[in-house]
Amino acid sequence: MILLQNLINALQWGSFYALIALGYSMVYSILMLFNFAHGDIFMVGAYIGFGVASALIALTAMGAFALPSWLILVLTILFSMFLTSFVGMIVERIGYRPLRDAPRASAAITGLMIGIILETGNLILLGAQRVSFPSLISTVTYDLGGVFVTNKKIMIVVVSMLLATALHQFIRHTRYGMAMRAMAFDYVVVPLMGVPINKIAAMTFALGSALAAAAGILFGVAYPVLDPYMGILIGWKAFVAAILGGRGSIIGATLAGFLLGFIEIFVAMIFPSTLRDLIAYSIVLLILVFRPHGFFGEAYSARLRL
Amino acid sequence: MEETSEKLSPPSIWSKLNIRTWVSKVPLLAWLIGALIAVGLEMAIGTPLARGLGLPKAPVLFGFIIMLKKPLLIPGAALYLLLIYVLPIGLIARFGAAALNRLAATLVEFSTVFSILIHLALLYLALHLWSGMSDYRILVVKLTLIAVMVTLSLNVINGYMGEFSCSHPGFMALGAYATSVFTVSLFVNDKLFGAAVLPSVIGPFFFPIALFLGGVVASIGAMVVAIPSFRTRGDYLAIISLAFLFIVKSLIENLEVIGGPRGLGSQPDWANLPTVFLITVICIWVINNFVRSTVGKALNAVRDNEMAADAMTVNTRRTKFVAFLFAAFWAGVAGGLFAHVLRYVNPSTFGIQKLAEVLAMVYFGGLNSVYGAIVGATSISLLGEALRPLEIFKWIIIPLLLILVMIFRPTGLIAFKEFDARQLVQPKKLK
Repeated sequence: MILLQNLINALQWGSFYALIALGYSMVYSILMLFNFAHGDIFMVGAYIGFGVASALIALTAMGAFALPSWLILVLTILFSMFLTSFVGMIVERIGYRPLRDAPRASAAITGLMIGIILETGNLILLGAQRVSFPSLISTVTYDLGGVFVTNKKIMIVVVSMLLATALHQFIRHTRYGMAMRAMAFDYVVVPLMGVPINKIAAMTFALGSALAAAAGILFGVAYPVLDPYMGILIGWKAFVAAILGGRGSIIGATLAGFLLGFIEIFVAMIFPSTLRDLIAYSIVLLILVFRPHGFFGEAYSARLRL
Repeated sequence: MEETSEKLSPPSIWSKLNIRTWVSKVPLLAWLIGALIAVGLEMAIGTPLARGLGLPKAPVLFGFIIMLKKPLLIPGAALYLLLIYVLPIGLIARFGAAALNRLAATLVEFSTVFSILIHLALLYLALHLWSGMSDYRILVVKLTLIAVMVTLSLNVINGYMGEFSCSHPGFMALGAYATSVFTVSLFVNDKLFGAAVLPSVIGPFFFPIALFLGGVVASIGAMVVAIPSFRTRGDYLAIISLAFLFIVKSLIENLEVIGGPRGLGSQPDWANLPTVFLITVICIWVINNFVRSTVGKALNAVRDNEMAADAMTVNTRRTKFVAFLFAAFWAGVAGGLFAHVLRYVNPSTFGIQKLAEVLAMVYFGGLNSVYGAIVGATSISLLGEALRPLEIFKWIIIPLLLILVMIFRPTGLIAFKEFDARQLVQPKKLK
């Protein structure tokens, strides 16, 4: 019973990691750079979601139009994904495009710094007090023979799996997806074939940021307190998941995101929860010692710049 | 060619005032003596002058804090800066250059090592007198020196070896806690460890041992990162080091014996300015010699092409192992000093925030360069203090500055430059 209960919690917790790790992994696969501002884009996405949801609720209350609350949630997710994708594109334009041929670590630093600017900008705009995400859907708990499942948990897991599948289909079956794969395969020749790499790179950042925004809103639904620094730790942990899956692998990132969620939740189940990070990251370290290239990653090759 | 063109063109007034050629003729000795005189001047007439210029008190950090806090006082603070610092240093550099060049030449002729020691003594004297005027300055100087050590040791891994290590705050934490446990348990009456075992009078003599111990503990911890680095490089190693950072932080938080998440306090007050200065100088000296040794060259070879280095009989495993342990040792020593300067440590000090700070210093200053590490650490720490009145906006300005540096100089301000103290103390050529 407890096992099943924790399995469901782990699925929910892992979906946040998976959605964020997807953004890291996509950017990595085509540019070979990690977007270290990604955790903070997740935070910005959550705040944009907060703004959109509040606006929609206010409009409904004023009687502009009557929307059921589930529709508000859907609209919030879609709108915020759209708006946050612009944040991602701006980050790419400022922090990554000028540095495409620089050492990879330099781009990591600009990413980190853009992250700090996003946090501080948020702090300046909204002040230090935390905001609470409006509860759009009321929690309904289902009792499945001793295992308690809430409708929110189901929604979070389903939505994140849907998004991950949609991304996979997009990359496999559309022209833009093909361009992305081509760019991941060969960075030098593909532009010569007429693929607009700047556009594709911007699009990749936009897609990753949209997924991060979705993760942010789902996070806000599950844990309705937002603060400007919420993206740091979860972002770095999702980064761990992205690497653990094998850099640049979409399936790997999703699975590793869930795996990291499982490890964290089950460690907390068996041991005192203060030991969670200690044991969880020791496991991660051991995995990387014995599988140095993650689960789906290719071996170290000359393709790595720097 | 150049000489003839110089002869042909009529001497203009600008060629005489050309600040570059002028500065290039001033020896280091002149700058140091100028700084010393400026500090002496500030001690003698600083406060009355500041009062006269309408400032509440003598500016603590070159007047930047006052300028940002009260824009109306900018002229006064700028004038103070000009009169106390710029003018004396400039005058000495302008009119003392010839004489001091001769003096520098005499010193170098006598003995280069002696000359270096004289320069260091002058630098220390200036720092000591300058920081002696307020406690705040002492703290800033100490923390800046410690930042120099940490940045330098991270530069060994991230710059010279070309890995992206995220574990440095973890090494610092190990060093800080090991040193603190040693000193607090032996020499201090404390709630956690009980009464002092040894009299605290002999304590300061054990402080180097404590720091060494901190460094050794950090080195032992570094094996966790160093051994996987044999098979792993790049991003995967970054993750291993990041995982190491999380593990160390979590481990300390869970060890109630050493205070757990509440931290560990009441370290003895042994990390005074001379100690910190001396250890920083030793650190710069040792690390500079390390990166210029065969091991340092091997590090560069491993960075540029590991396979080729291996083919050229570089023992890559040994090289990486030594580099990690060496860098961690100095990070541990710096951590021990840090704990004794603040006299309180807390595991949350050594988190992601600290990591971003140290990485910023390394990449701002410049990779693969001792100069770069010194410049980066000093400028970021002083900038952080000088922009303090801007409060939260500080964290917009510093990152923006760093982004600009990365865009225009992707390897940092002073990258790939050798640091040679013998060269530094030489007199400048007089033409």
